[in-house]
Amino acid sequence: MAIDNQFIQKTLTEKFGEMVFNYQDSYGMLSFEAPKEQNLKVLQYLYDEPTLGFQFLTDLCAVNYPDDKGRELAVVYHLHNLQENTRIRFKVFTAIENTDVFTASKLYAAADWMERETFDFYGVNFVGHHNLKRILNVDEMDYFPLRKEYPLEDQTRIDKDDEMFGRG
Amino acid sequence: MSRPVRFNIHPIEANIADAIGNAPSPEGFGGDGFFTARLSEVVGLARKNSLWPLPFATSCCGIEFMGTMGSHYDLARFGSERVGFSPRQCDLLMVMGTIAKKMGPVLRQVYLQMAEPRWVIAVGACASSGGIFDTYSVLQGIDQVIPVDVYVPGCPPRPEAILDGFMKIQELVGQESIRRRNGEQYKALLNGYGIE
Repeated sequence: MAIDNQFIQKTLTEKFGEMVFNYQDSYGMLSFEAPKEQNLKVLQYLYDEPTLGFQFLTDLCAVNYPDDKGRELAVVYHLHNLQENTRIRFKVFTAIENTDVFTASKLYAAADWMERETFDFYGVNFVGHHNLKRILNVDEMDYFPLRKEYPLEDQTRIDKDDEMFGRG
Repeated sequence: MSRPVRFNIHPIEANIADAIGNAPSPEGFGGDGFFTARLSEVVGLARKNSLWPLPFATSCCGIEFMGTMGSHYDLARFGSERVGFSPRQCDLLMVMGTIAKKMGPVLRQVYLQMAEPRWVIAVGACASSGGIFDTYSVLQGIDQVIPVDVYVPGCPPRPEAILDGFMKIQELVGQESIRRRNGEQYKALLNGYGIE
């Protein structure tokens, strides 16, 4: 039985009601949202429910929306049902002051390194992760480089001469 | 209109005499069966025509270097037939490609493992200055972690440019005083990089 977006939405609404909301269909791919405290419940249901069967975590990443107060960081799970070849996106939002989000690495082993990467670049603190430390950047780095907190270029730097780059 | 070609548009006709390489003799005084010259020049002559390069290739400049090593451009003509892959045996560290900040300590370690005298050539925009990667994760030029003798610009440089840089290194090596590596200035240079 093929599963389509309406079926996924209906199944989730029956199970979670108002807790899962903001269903969107972008270019045929369903995305929805839940409170960050409930992320494991929703993921576990998506994994276990035989009619859904989203047992493959394609990607896990974060997005920074600096203007959205209280919802600055979005953690996005890209899930894939390999049997039905159906993909969905699941998002939880968190405030930038308190970035605790429960780890999905117990459910999806693939989340282990992806959560480390997300921590590395956005500073999302995955509660329960067994080895949450930087994975790609140097260990001494004391900031989260992909947050939109930085000016595009420091105009005072002297190690690159603008003349050489046609910006003089 | 085709792109202007800057190299090898007037190739020199082959000449049998070119096939025999003769390093120019240093200045000195010679006669029947003897020759006197300054020791540093003789040492320089020997060193510069038997450089052992250590390629530290991380990206596209490394591919250009492979072309430089190949039969067409043939780096071996310059006496560096033997490309070593152990820093302990090599004289010339050729850094080709983007060096991420995480790679910096590795590069420095490789440099420290090389025995004196050692030279460094930064091939390409990334190794020289970070190039287009003006970003948080990339070292803005390897001269932030190790001293560099010759910079080869280009993105990536053509093999001719790498050979040109290599010949500049040979020039430096040939003219270097045998006392330079013991001098105060050299020690100060290394200390500037935190190397004892």
